Amino acid sequence: MFDTRGMLHAAALSPDLLEQVGVTTLTRADDVGSAVLPVPEALGSLFPEGGLRRGSTITVNGSLSLVVALLAQTSKRPGWCAEVGSPLIGSAAAAEAGVVLERFVRVAEPGEQWASVVASLLEAFDLVVVHPPRRASQGDMRRLTARARERSAVLLVAGAWEGAMVNLSVTAQQWHGLGAGHGYLQSREVEVQALGRGAAARPRTANVWLPGVGGVVSSAHESAA
Amino acid sequence: MASNRAVRTLAVWCPDWPVIAAGGSADQPGAVLQAGRIFACSAAARLDGVRRGQRRRDAQSRCPELTIYADDPSRDARMFEPVAESVEALVPGIEIVRAGLIVVAARGAARYYKGELPLLAKVSTTVADETGYDVQLGLADGSFTATQAAYVAQIVPPGSSAEFLAPQPIRALDRPDLADLLNRLGVHTLGDFAVLPRADVLARFGPDAAYAHDLAHGFEARPPSARKAPPDLAVEMTLDPPVDRVDTATFVAKALAEQLHERLAARGLACIRISIEARTESGEQLARSWRHGGISTAGFSASAIADRTRWQLDGWLSGTIRSHDGRPTGGMVFLRLLPDEVVPDAGRQLSLWGSDFAGVGAVGDSEQIERALARVQGMLGPDAVVTAVVGGGRELTEQVRLVPWGEPREVLPGDSCPWPGRLPSPSPATVLAAPRAALVTDADGSVVEVDGRLAVSAPPGFLRIESRPPVAIVGWAGPWPLEVRWWDHATARRRARFQFTTADGAGWLVSFEAGNWLVEACYD
Repeated sequence: MFDTRGMLHAAALSPDLLEQVGVTTLTRADDVGSAVLPVPEALGSLFPEGGLRRGSTITVNGSLSLVVALLAQTSKRPGWCAEVGSPLIGSAAAAEAGVVLERFVRVAEPGEQWASVVASLLEAFDLVVVHPPRRASQGDMRRLTARARERSAVLLVAGAWEGAMVNLSVTAQQWHGLGAGHGYLQSREVEVQALGRGAAARPRTANVWLPGVGGVVSSAHESAA
Repeated sequence: MASNRAVRTLAVWCPDWPVIAAGGSADQPGAVLQAGRIFACSAAARLDGVRRGQRRRDAQSRCPELTIYADDPSRDARMFEPVAESVEALVPGIEIVRAGLIVVAARGAARYYKGELPLLAKVSTTVADETGYDVQLGLADGSFTATQAAYVAQIVPPGSSAEFLAPQPIRALDRPDLADLLNRLGVHTLGDFAVLPRADVLARFGPDAAYAHDLAHGFEARPPSARKAPPDLAVEMTLDPPVDRVDTATFVAKALAEQLHERLAARGLACIRISIEARTESGEQLARSWRHGGISTAGFSASAIADRTRWQLDGWLSGTIRSHDGRPTGGMVFLRLLPDEVVPDAGRQLSLWGSDFAGVGAVGDSEQIERALARVQGMLGPDAVVTAVVGGGRELTEQVRLVPWGEPREVLPGDSCPWPGRLPSPSPATVLAAPRAALVTDADGSVVEVDGRLAVSAPPGFLRIESRPPVAIVGWAGPWPLEVRWWDHATARRRARFQFTTADGAGWLVSFEAGNWLVEACYD
């Protein structure tokens, strides 16, 4: 009700001011959900809060496109995202998904200091993607999970991790658009499964177009396990 | 604070400077684009409805003949140097707030030129004659009011700042967060803001807002606690061999700025005005002061100091100064950064309202981001931290340029051109840094080959990556020939690319080159 009145009022004002009012409402709408970073609607059902809760650690197994899809909205909002370790997410794929590349900072070769690098980035960034090295110790993982919680950042792990809130994995996928000798990869249907702890303990699955035709991530058909 | 009457200050403002510096003019529609949005536009463009903050597309739909220029702060500063030079010659002691805006204490000069009006006339004609740029001038108590006065080309009589400022919109304070909040509270002008009790403003919005409140009253133009820095805070460096190239100077500037910032931070200080001094081989002395843009209680960050130093050196080295006989006759042998005025560094208080999410305080948060990235660059070296620019090119790896953090993300001419032969989107999320050896066999198990005329020997049946067990190929497309740099024998490559989907549902980008199969990327 207040919103509507605000709009009516605003309509009578100069375009300049109108723009300001527009910005104002946007900011306010954002504030409401600031404890949770938004994800595409089709993926929201995988998380108890409907998005990436700040301070949580989430693993994604076997699909960097899923990682990209999860960080795109935060990046657009406009948030700051970082990536540590290799292989770096394909930049063209990230740009197509809507990730703002100038606010997506990457460190491909952190070497021995990977844990300190991730810890430093968690201090300031909204979301940090990590490709954990094989020798990652449990102690490091626990410390980084705790750091993410403390700094209200989201740690998104592409691989295995101790003590994550939610573990996502692609359980089935099907590409469309390719025939026997013709066509090109166009769209893909994936089934994503979420297992987790605490509020996320109930297994959830989502069937998602990742990407759909035209690159949009959308829901294929819902099914609750 | 009220007793501390601000000094008479002259503000020299070049309207729409980024556009002018880029080569535009006021009567041609032009705009400078920063991160996809209009950052500055010329007067002609404004008449057509172009506004700051608009998207490029919106701006162009309003004004189709709009010329778009890329944002380049270093160019802005470099082109501004002659203006600074010419004002300095008339009124010594200038401070550059940003490229396009100078403030300078005017009392002495006004006396010398026998009045404020003659001073303004002298400055505007001299600058126009010497540089060819139009400037707009304002004279008032304190640099904030003077700047506002310059925007409307006015002289504000002593003591009447408050009346002059009262009708100005709240966003004149240049504090977007505060302006946003006050607008929501129904406070739209500086006058409205000024009538709020100062103690309440301080209690509710913090010291910076209280300072802004003082500004709205027309009180002093600098933070009350500003003080001259003791001389030992200056950092200096002797350059041997002499520096005469901008990129080398940039490097030096960065190191020196870091050093200064650390030295200040160790004493809990932040710098709001900095002097950059240099000496050339032949003994010329160059000096210039920069003031913190926001007229605020927060000081320069290390990267802001480095930027200003770099811009200034760029300006000097590229010869836009016309003192003596043109450019400095030799390289630079000595560089000194002197924090002229410092304030206690209050640190950064995360805002109470809104959230500390970057979306609200994008500017405030970038400070933290800078700090975190500087730390990582310190650990791994400056080139280890990058952002990507997706540009032109047919190959996946060639399309992406990784730019070290802190360097400009340049757009190359080929970036927006069509590149026939590029793979259609979606692009693969996993691009292998080094392609992996693979083997593609047909249903019978013999290796599939592609001949010079792009004929495939048999439909691909199985894909085997390195030593993993082979998987059945359920869909394929290709071969798409890719012939790059055929004119150069050493770098020429000729390949046939395929997309495969395998029985496990995965999608692959595989190429055949000189008899070998390679996996380039995975559509995971």
